[in-house]
Amino acid sequence: MDEVLIGSVLASTLRLTTPLLLCALAGLVAERSGVVDIGLEGKMLFAAFAAAAAASVSQSTGLGLMAAIAVACALSLLHGFACVTHRGDQVISGVAINMVAAGLTVVLGIAWFAQGGQTPPVDASVRLTALVPAYAEPLAGHWFDTVIGHGLLSHNILVYVAFALVGGMWFFLQRTKPGLRLRAVGENPAMVDAAGVSVPLLRYGALLINGALCGLAGSYLVLAQNASFSANMTAGRGFIALAAMIFGKWKPLPTMFACLLFGFLDALAIRMQGVALPAALGGGEVPVQLIQALPYLLTVILLAGFIGQALAPKALGRPYVKER
Amino acid sequence: MSAHATVLPRWIDVGLLPLWNLAIALAVTGLVVLAIGQSPLDALAVLIPGALGSVRGLGYTLYYTTTFIFAGLAVAVASHGGLFNIGGEGQATVGGLGVALVGLWLGSALPAWAMLPLVVLAAALFGMAWAAIPAYLQAWRGSHIVITTIMFNFLAASLNVYLLVNWLRPKGSMAVESAEFAASARMPALHELAANFGVELPSSPLNLSLILALGACVFVQWFLWKSAAGYAVRAVGSAPRAAHYAGIKPRAQVLIAMGLSGALAGMIAVNEISGVQGKLTLDFVAGAGFTGIAVSLMGRNHPVGIILASLLFGVLYQGGVEVSFELPGFSREMVVTAQGLIVLFAGAMATVSVPMFAKVYGKFGGARHG
Repeated sequence: MDEVLIGSVLASTLRLTTPLLLCALAGLVAERSGVVDIGLEGKMLFAAFAAAAAASVSQSTGLGLMAAIAVACALSLLHGFACVTHRGDQVISGVAINMVAAGLTVVLGIAWFAQGGQTPPVDASVRLTALVPAYAEPLAGHWFDTVIGHGLLSHNILVYVAFALVGGMWFFLQRTKPGLRLRAVGENPAMVDAAGVSVPLLRYGALLINGALCGLAGSYLVLAQNASFSANMTAGRGFIALAAMIFGKWKPLPTMFACLLFGFLDALAIRMQGVALPAALGGGEVPVQLIQALPYLLTVILLAGFIGQALAPKALGRPYVKER
Repeated sequence: MSAHATVLPRWIDVGLLPLWNLAIALAVTGLVVLAIGQSPLDALAVLIPGALGSVRGLGYTLYYTTTFIFAGLAVAVASHGGLFNIGGEGQATVGGLGVALVGLWLGSALPAWAMLPLVVLAAALFGMAWAAIPAYLQAWRGSHIVITTIMFNFLAASLNVYLLVNWLRPKGSMAVESAEFAASARMPALHELAANFGVELPSSPLNLSLILALGACVFVQWFLWKSAAGYAVRAVGSAPRAAHYAGIKPRAQVLIAMGLSGALAGMIAVNEISGVQGKLTLDFVAGAGFTGIAVSLMGRNHPVGIILASLLFGVLYQGGVEVSFELPGFSREMVVTAQGLIVLFAGAMATVSVPMFAKVYGKFGGARHG
């Protein structure tokens, strides 16, 4: 039975990691440009609502994805308008986005669908399906089919897109000119400005990428993970993604590993529900809440400098005032 | 930004500008109401009488106000110390834990006059302790207080679930909540007190915590502007290096500001747990910690402003419940939306209209000053 356990934990880890990863990459690109983004949660939530509403009404996967990305980008631009253009407080703007998203998704959901804040379920034909349906279930006795097949190959396209984007993000930030400028604007905007490159333009650009990624993260929740939108369905995932980004020290590859760790903990927490501890540890049930709290706890410990050091981009959170 | 601030007189900066931003936020909320096919005027016609038109409605409004005063003061005190405490939610949750532990442990042994101060003290100390850890980490280990307090909100929620499910839930009970406290650990409700004096009031969750909240306002006012300790906190908040040069220890001020802030947030639990629930429940803070951010922004971090802003949010919350009962298709989350818009327009975008005001003032009022 080991192969079934390994295969299914692997599969659920990847499934639970995907929205975290997309969201963490979104946070990463914004914060590397110097814009704090604690509105990830709200953007993902609103994107999920938009995807569910658009996909269930239009019966089109593409429209669902597009609606999600458009809504998340709009919220990102609002964040930019408040913080980049008008130099408002970035944390407060993020808080506002989270509140508006938490409220407005339910208000619109009730007004449009009258199902207590839920959207109608997204039709199975519209949902993202596994690339290799043959591996949908783990098979006892077949190591390859279960661990590699079910564990790694049974997922929908968005899972692989998310992991491919890690490499993409690394390449963009490290090897391309706009990426280099984007990082520079997060460290030393005055220098970028002196070189004749627009600071606001770069930050808005980063926020648009951020919006698109949040849109994908939200879409994943309703087009792959659940069947419909329900109130506050992100349930803190945006903040776990934020934690993963910090845990990954604002770098794509370490952020991916942090997301995998947090995704694995989430999968473990679901699996450990009601499982008894070995007698050596005192017996009783495994405290699931402890496993669920671990991402937050680890991030606090890391930030306190007890395991390595997490250094934020230097200009993070500081509005840029052009010198005259 | 600061260049404009010197142009505008105080009455515009402190009086007119916040009202203007509030008006924009409420106008946008009105547009949202219109967009879902409802009439904003119909909603207001239910909201205002629902919140202020009856003694019962007023009781509920003031009960919400009580919680928001604590939450708003918590954000404001931290803010004067240059810190953004986004962890009111978690500090209140842990404050509730303090109330529950004292209430369950001593509630049956002590009379109310001894019990109630203990309950308040427990809420404040537990909230303070929960805020002191992020404060320590910020001051001595350099971690960012915003991120740590966010993480501590989730840690508090997990801790609460764990303790309720595994320890505080009575044996055999399915509901995830503690046993009820003895009567002596419950903050007396106003209608019960009134009944003792022969005055009949409709029942509402309004309890003596409101007096405590108003007392907290007086204390915060005194602390920030009249005490040496409060001066040190504000000095570090506005000019950390100058304060350091003047012999004030910045690290200690972070601890003091956050400690007081956490204590105030913890006292939300006096109102909610000791005053209303009478037992520890899951998620009793229900976002009040975040409402505190809106309250403190609206109230300009000043106790008087915070009382007014709390009253406004009390009216919105109580009235919002009434509207969602009366008008089909209208959800009380509209209030959360309005709250978010207020944070957006009165907080993040607070200075957007400043150039316009400066221009108008310069044309009409400011000309005299040359």
